[in-house]
Amino acid sequence: MSTEQQTATPMVEVRNVHKRFGNLEVLKGINLTVDRGKIISIIGPSGSGKSTLLRSVNNLEVIDDGVILLDGVQVNRPDMKGMAFERHINHIRQNMGMVFQHFNLFPHMSTIDNVTLAPRKLKGMDKKAARELGMEQLERVGLAEKADVFPNWLSGGQKQRVAIARALAMKPKVMLFDEATSALDPELVEEVNQVMRSLADEHMTMLIVTHEMSFARDVSDWALFMDGGVVVEESAPDKLFSNPDQERTRNFLQKHLENNK
Amino acid sequence: MDFDLMVEVTPLLIRAAWVTIDISSRAIFFGFFVACGLVFLQTLRFAPIRWFARGYVSIVRGTPYFVQLLLVFYGGPSIGLRLDPVTCGVVVGAFNIGAYMSEAIRGSIESVDNGQTEAARSLGFGRAQTMFYIVLPQAASLMIRSVGVLAIVLIKNSSLVSIISVVELTYQAQRLIGSTYKPLEIFTLSALMYIVIIYAVMGIIELAYRRATRYTTQ
Ligand SMILES: Nc1ncnc2c1ncn2[C@@H]1O[C@H](COP(=O)(O)OP(=O)(O)O)[C@@H](O)[C@H]1O
Ligand SMILES: [Mg+2]
Repeated sequence: MSTEQQTATPMVEVRNVHKRFGNLEVLKGINLTVDRGKIISIIGPSGSGKSTLLRSVNNLEVIDDGVILLDGVQVNRPDMKGMAFERHINHIRQNMGMVFQHFNLFPHMSTIDNVTLAPRKLKGMDKKAARELGMEQLERVGLAEKADVFPNWLSGGQKQRVAIARALAMKPKVMLFDEATSALDPELVEEVNQVMRSLADEHMTMLIVTHEMSFARDVSDWALFMDGGVVVEESAPDKLFSNPDQERTRNFLQKHLENNK
Repeated sequence: MDFDLMVEVTPLLIRAAWVTIDISSRAIFFGFFVACGLVFLQTLRFAPIRWFARGYVSIVRGTPYFVQLLLVFYGGPSIGLRLDPVTCGVVVGAFNIGAYMSEAIRGSIESVDNGQTEAARSLGFGRAQTMFYIVLPQAASLMIRSVGVLAIVLIKNSSLVSIISVVELTYQAQRLIGSTYKPLEIFTLSALMYIVIIYAVMGIIELAYRRATRYTTQ
């Protein structure tokens, strides 16, 4: 009964979310559900609100209207103020890993310290246990031998893999990827995609913003096309990428193909 | 040049140079706390406190150090603020460099990439933790050079405290010239001593900076 209930609760739920920057409405009523163990990709032109949506999920952007739920718990809490909300959101965020386009590794710490800082300071893990956990995560992304190196010594692809390991070390319920490979030289994209594929194999729940169309098609269970702050179309990836219903989706994919020749 | 005289007065000038170093280092030390206080006040919600801190910084930056010194030393007693010359030199120095340093500290905190804060917050760190573990360590290495430049300016300005008869390097030099009438020799010597002090400080700053940023060297 309880397991049934668990599988029934979506891992992430976004309901009628609106977000404005001043007069500019960037999200105009977004709905989205990510079920446990599923992978959802979001594609769309630049400026369509993909990053804002992803950042709203862990409250890096504060939404103006709507509801966001993580595993049944409401993330945005307009009723909560000050320190109470701080505590609430810090706790929520421990369960959501986020990977940024520009990695945002902590340059003043070694790779392993990047990975273990949060488990040590936020979960009170002792140094030895944290190092073990950190090495495990670095092995997972194939970078155990770089544990004691500073991030600036790593290639872009390696940096992003460390950033993924850093997020994984908190054992998140969901991973959010915001164009994780966009800042990389083309030859470094595949190593990061490889890591993301291995997470998919482990049934990690993921919400991925990307413009790697073939990767998104391969890896995801569901795909969304966003434009102008709305979800224009969503479907199984095979359909969305090869036979979309909407004119706008077709145009976008067409343009994207041309640009990547 | 009268080299015998130069050899003769050197010990006296060295002793005075120590006073210069002592006053300056104490002013820099206390100035750092003044600066941290000013930075902190400017983060508070209550606007009048922020205005006070900003106003203070503006006044210090908008007036000559020399005038600040004279104002406190000669004007202070009429409001009950009586300081001996050395203390006055340290206090005015600290409050002067503190204002400039607070700007340098604020600037270096702001120049830490916002992505650093977002990464930390996304892991679940609170504001204070993010500041403490992520932003400040990086800001600290960024501010070494700018604070170092301010320290050097302060050491040079310390010659101005001679006006309130603190027996530091410049005052001692003037005194010796009064009895020997050899300004070329004695000012040359004192200039050399300033050079030694200032280049030593520059060297320390550069070492500290390199050490603090060694993680960025590829
Ligand atoms: N902090 C902000 N302040 C003002 N406008 C913003 C901010 N962040 C994003 N925007 C605007 O919101 C729109 C959507 O941006 P974004 O979510 O980054 O799009 P995408 O990730 O799809 O490229 C853009 O027009 C962008 O200029
Ligand atoms: Mg974006």
